[in-house]
Amino acid sequence: MRYLPQTPDDRAAMLSAIGVGNIDELFRDVPAAVLNAPIDSLPDHQGEMAVERHFQGFARENLSPASAPCFIGAGAYHHHVPATVDHLIQRSEFLTSYTPYQPEISQGTLQYLFEFQTQVALLTGMDVANASMYDGATATSEAVLMAHRITKRKKSVISGRLHPHYRETTETLLRFTPYDLEIRDPVIGGQGGLAEAIDKDTACVVVQNPDVFGEFKDLTGLAEACHAQGALLIVAVTEVVSLGLVNPPGAMGADIVTAEGQSLGVPLSFGGPHVGLFACRQKYVRQMPGRLAGETLDADGRRGYVLTLNAREQHIRREKATSNICTNAGLCALAFCIHVTLLGEAGMTGLAEVNHRTASLLAERLTALPGMKLLTQRFFNEFALDIGRPAAPVVEALAALGILGGVPASRLFPGEPTLENVLILAATETVSEADIDRLVSALQEISA
Amino acid sequence: MSIERETISGARGLDRDEPLSFEQDAPGRTGVDLPPAPDAPDRLDGLRRQGGIGLPGLAEPQVVRHFVRLSRMNYAIDYGLYPLGSCTMKHNPRLNERLARLPGIGDVHPMQPQSTTQGVLRLMSELAHWLTELTGMATVAMTPGAGAQGEMCGMMAIRAAHEARGEPRKRVLVPESAHGTNPATAAICGYAVDSIPATADGRVDMAAFEAKLGPDVAGLMLTNPNTCGLFERDIIRIAELIHGIGGYFYCDGANFNAIVGKVRPGDLGIDAMHINLHKTFSTPHGGGGPGSGPVVFSEALAPYAPLPKVVQRDGRYELIEQEDGPRVGRMKGFHGQFGMFVRALAYMQSHGRDGLKQVAEDAVLNANYVMEKLKDLLPPAYPGPCMHEVLVSDRGLDGTGVETMDLAKALIDEGYHPMTVYFPLIVHGAMLIEPTETETRETLDGFIKVMRGLVGQARAGQETAYFKAAPVMTPRRRLDETLAARKPVLRWVPEAPVAEAAE
Repeated sequence: MRYLPQTPDDRAAMLSAIGVGNIDELFRDVPAAVLNAPIDSLPDHQGEMAVERHFQGFARENLSPASAPCFIGAGAYHHHVPATVDHLIQRSEFLTSYTPYQPEISQGTLQYLFEFQTQVALLTGMDVANASMYDGATATSEAVLMAHRITKRKKSVISGRLHPHYRETTETLLRFTPYDLEIRDPVIGGQGGLAEAIDKDTACVVVQNPDVFGEFKDLTGLAEACHAQGALLIVAVTEVVSLGLVNPPGAMGADIVTAEGQSLGVPLSFGGPHVGLFACRQKYVRQMPGRLAGETLDADGRRGYVLTLNAREQHIRREKATSNICTNAGLCALAFCIHVTLLGEAGMTGLAEVNHRTASLLAERLTALPGMKLLTQRFFNEFALDIGRPAAPVVEALAALGILGGVPASRLFPGEPTLENVLILAATETVSEADIDRLVSALQEISA
Repeated sequence: MSIERETISGARGLDRDEPLSFEQDAPGRTGVDLPPAPDAPDRLDGLRRQGGIGLPGLAEPQVVRHFVRLSRMNYAIDYGLYPLGSCTMKHNPRLNERLARLPGIGDVHPMQPQSTTQGVLRLMSELAHWLTELTGMATVAMTPGAGAQGEMCGMMAIRAAHEARGEPRKRVLVPESAHGTNPATAAICGYAVDSIPATADGRVDMAAFEAKLGPDVAGLMLTNPNTCGLFERDIIRIAELIHGIGGYFYCDGANFNAIVGKVRPGDLGIDAMHINLHKTFSTPHGGGGPGSGPVVFSEALAPYAPLPKVVQRDGRYELIEQEDGPRVGRMKGFHGQFGMFVRALAYMQSHGRDGLKQVAEDAVLNANYVMEKLKDLLPPAYPGPCMHEVLVSDRGLDGTGVETMDLAKALIDEGYHPMTVYFPLIVHGAMLIEPTETETRETLDGFIKVMRGLVGQARAGQETAYFKAAPVMTPRRRLDETLAARKPVLRWVPEAPVAEAAE
């Protein structure tokens, strides 16, 4: 077997050196009745070619966004990943290292985490950021838990226009804690009564911006309402490219910002692994979950980086830790970091502008069709459309025509009768005017 | 003749420092060329960012050099032995990377209509089959993002099962030697952690364990093979006892590499176990993730496994995202760490059941070989045989003035990544050495020679000053962690312009 270097001679010599006659003598602590149980249903080993053919079979059964106009967003976005990103993250020294426990031989990882933290802080408009979480949804759930630790209050208010996966993940994490979640209805438009729901028991309010229907809001007033009651404002961002263009959450008064970083450098990969971003105000840094890289000096007085503030973490604090997280999303954070470095100031703002104008064009073309109504007033690269008929079968019909035509809101909010006709569409820089033409004529064909 | 030279640049041949990207800014430079923005109205209605973001401008060649130079400051499996105990740093096959990037696999959107994702759903279903067959368990929850989240998923299922019976219970038993994520997880699930001591041979103290059993015990969290690298001989009895009081048995599967293909956890009486795909099934560790931690469940806990899951109906694969019932809720966004599923399945199919069994055998053989060859100088903390990793204490360094950390740092100068140090906490100056099955006997012999040489030097007492200063041949020497924690600098900030600073 190509990955296993020991030869029969090696094994015999090593067993002899150890002083045992056969390998199972080393497994003598295993109860004999359960050792070497046959596993009949699985095949034996295979060569590279055979395995590759098997996987090409899987690949052929999917419609790839690379070969179909793709208007799907809803928390994950089809963006172009520069070739440089994927090349660099496959450097052995990045790909096959682990958490930088030995900083003297991990300065590469530690320095890019420090750069990543700086990029995330700048994009979100916050003071500090951590070295990443599993994804945007888990980052948001950890932010709610953190708000309860900080405020020592009982209740959190969750916007109905938070991505349902983020809401559900938060419900899971808090299910067995003493904390309560007040979840608002997914009403399109308006503030959804969030400010009115805040009281002296409220630890935090969680909103997504742009929200799950794409609406981008000025959150300044909501932040003031939170702070007037001593509550924190948590802002979740599912489309991180928006931060190249919009007023960032930090500038609107957010206390904690969580985001999904997939859009920058990370492939869709059917939903994971992606990369959670987590940023907050300086004063809350010791309550943060997850790993943090920090600057320091070495024995010769030279600048270097280490993992720091470990006293928050499970390997030191055990049951009193701020979170149980250990592994984060290191390589995806690197991909994000490389992509943002390639973009730079000009590229980041330019990419965001292309996304915004492409989505604007898409909205213009679609609302020109009879019976279509735009439900989102102010948006970045995603919006909700009332298409005047149930959206799910339309999406299936578009798929049959080779078009990935958005996400029916009913998939995110099953059983919500007011959303049955709502289609959520996104347009990134990968969408061409020809793609929009195809979608428009396909929709005309379907309704004809 | 030995010649020392201070270079003008500060570089030493191939070794050089690299400034932060933020210190290489030239406004106007960029590493991308974008398509023109279409002519369409602005829909942001004045809510644009005021002022710049503050990102530096670099062109593509600079960016490539920046990250290549950073990479050269890292140790890696592809460079040499990485015997980091409990982390299973084995070879990462590049075939798996290629397959995870195939068009139609790496670029599929998680919210595509299911009619367009039958292949990726079939892939998930096939991986689930391998995981349940290898573990002898009833079902698997694929979504947890890494081992710690897998633990949480398993413990939440246990709590949900107790609550369904109307008795949430209060305590979870956790051995003192457990990884820190175990007690942290139990606490998140609302349980009090009750520690079980270890015996002199490094296993669960059965008398202490039985004494702690009671009607308020929800379950047990036990790593097997345990964090001392030993198989828990009494594991079947442990499972019977915990079941006897109506509790459940959570097994931390971090060390599954020692028994994959040899022992099915389901045969041991385990109710839930996470599997770190990034350990046993070789998905790359990536500098600290992404991981992936699917959880296998027994029949008793299967009704509580979280969604989504893939089922097969009428020859079609279906992703179930919503369903009424007592299940643990969603663990994360979308459908799990799918990219890691691709790599893990490719790894399994490459090895087959025969190869996976050989994986466990060679991993255990290699660890015992290292133990045997070091035991006169570094006696194992507990009598062997060990499983896939060997635990030694710092007894072999007694009286030398050289400590575990010093030995680890000297190993770095010798060209090795150190073993895990100071874990588990129950062994003084612990060193946990996990060679993995992908190392040759020659590599192990080289490591053994270095370890023996270093311990010999420490004992001779002539190199103590060096040990305390090591490493001396690395991009950085020992870093001041106290300074980093006392005055946290967690991001770059531009230096204030001179005029402002003078005010």
